[in-house]
Amino acid sequence: MKTTYIKSVIALLVVAISFSPVSVKAQTAEELINKVKAKLEKVNDYQANGKMKTNVIFIKAPIANVKVYYKKPNKLRINNESGISFIPKGSVNINLNNIFINTTGFDIIDMGKESGTNLRIIKLLPKDEEADVVLSTVYIDEVQQLIKKAKTTTKESGTYELEMSYGKYAEFGLADKVIFSFNTKDYKLPKGITFDYDDGTKKEQPTDKMKNKKGKVEIVYSNYIINKGVSDTVFK
Amino acid sequence: MWKLLKIELFKIFKRPRTYIAFGAIASVVFLIQIALKFDGKSYIDLLLSNLDNSFEMTDEFKTKMLNGYLICFVILNTLLIQMPLLIALISGDSIAGEANMGTLRLSLTKPVSRTEYMLVKFTASVIYTISLLIWMALLALLGSIIIFGINDMVIIRSRGLEVIESFDIWWRYIAAFGYAAVALTVVSALAFLLSVFAENSIGPIIATMSIVIVFTILSEMNIPIYDRTVKPYLFTSHMVAWKGFFYMKADSEGATITGTVENMPAIMRSLSILVIYIGIFLSTAVWVFKKKDILT
Repeated sequence: MKTTYIKSVIALLVVAISFSPVSVKAQTAEELINKVKAKLEKVNDYQANGKMKTNVIFIKAPIANVKVYYKKPNKLRINNESGISFIPKGSVNINLNNIFINTTGFDIIDMGKESGTNLRIIKLLPKDEEADVVLSTVYIDEVQQLIKKAKTTTKESGTYELEMSYGKYAEFGLADKVIFSFNTKDYKLPKGITFDYDDGTKKEQPTDKMKNKKGKVEIVYSNYIINKGVSDTVFK
Repeated sequence: MWKLLKIELFKIFKRPRTYIAFGAIASVVFLIQIALKFDGKSYIDLLLSNLDNSFEMTDEFKTKMLNGYLICFVILNTLLIQMPLLIALISGDSIAGEANMGTLRLSLTKPVSRTEYMLVKFTASVIYTISLLIWMALLALLGSIIIFGINDMVIIRSRGLEVIESFDIWWRYIAAFGYAAVALTVVSALAFLLSVFAENSIGPIIATMSIVIVFTILSEMNIPIYDRTVKPYLFTSHMVAWKGFFYMKADSEGATITGTVENMPAIMRSLSILVIYIGIFLSTAVWVFKKKDILT
């Protein structure tokens, strides 16, 4: 009787282990990266329509209708065809493929799982010492094999952060919504140039914290046209 | 009254020097348009130089930014500070010119009261001011739209940038030109008042310009003691409130709200102050003129 009970418990444990995330953990960080990469590599090019919201402390701008064009290996362009939008310089990084573009490869460091979200944290250190990217940290949903968050630290332009939500284009690793955070500097021009109207209200003096606040651009995609070809002239 | 007004307008628009102002405005507008057509990108570079590291500043972006709406804004920014001189040329001459030529007594032999006479003279000056403004609007706004086309407009403020969608701009320009008409009428009323005291038009013209220059300097200086005490009461501080129509409200995430003005009560307060100034200058001019001895 006792032996049967122990056998049942062992059997249950075996089943539980084989279907639990622990089994996913069994895949190495390198394997997981390769799977994510493979998913992203299905896309040779795309064009997508989206709505872009700019949230930068010194910019007031309307929500803009934009077109986003991408072509392998690392061409990306955000176009506001009917108006003017301030496009952040590192916006090419909203293309996740960009994280993996490194000819000499990476050192991959598995950092385990993020508490709360259960996302796998993997750090990618480019082997090329001359590369602009110093470090990329990706937060991967192991089940869906999708990058949900990414932080890229560069030598020249500070740190970029990405947050993605996925929907019907998840099989291509393309997000429905991207929030791109980037470093901005304070904007100031002498009043002698702008001749501002002073309406008498007390203006909040920007504190150091405000000055160093990150800018954010949020793009909500409405549709993608994938692998139908995008002309090179779009990127000029 | 109407007949008298027609005579006054005839006198103003018959004089060749009246058209100096129209010519000067046309020259300045064309010079700015030509400069920005050929070297506008350098101007944009100057204004956005500290955004170079954070945002893409492509040639296409700069070309889009240099559209007719922005060019008109730049022209207004420059010209509305210089225009008081051109306004003073006519308004300062209004009474003093008649006194200088010796026609004041003759004019007052007509069966009109001195108050009516002054109101007609002032109305003629205001019509001239508004004509000049319409001329500038035609050249600066329509001319720039023809040369540069239209797009969204980027308003450059000392502490930030605002993007206004192209369909949300026209009404702002109409409001801004309407406001500018009131603002320039203050200068016209000031020159008109000074004109009552003089026998020669040079004096009121120079005095008006001097007052406008000193007040403008005080308005633009950021010295706390003046900010609190003098600045709120200077008409020059309120003359630039036309720009307020281009400052928009935004939601908590910085997205502009179409059709809004950031601080409409402040613009209305500035407008009221300007109207009060016009009232004070005009009524003082009428009061002084009614007591003026025109026989000696």
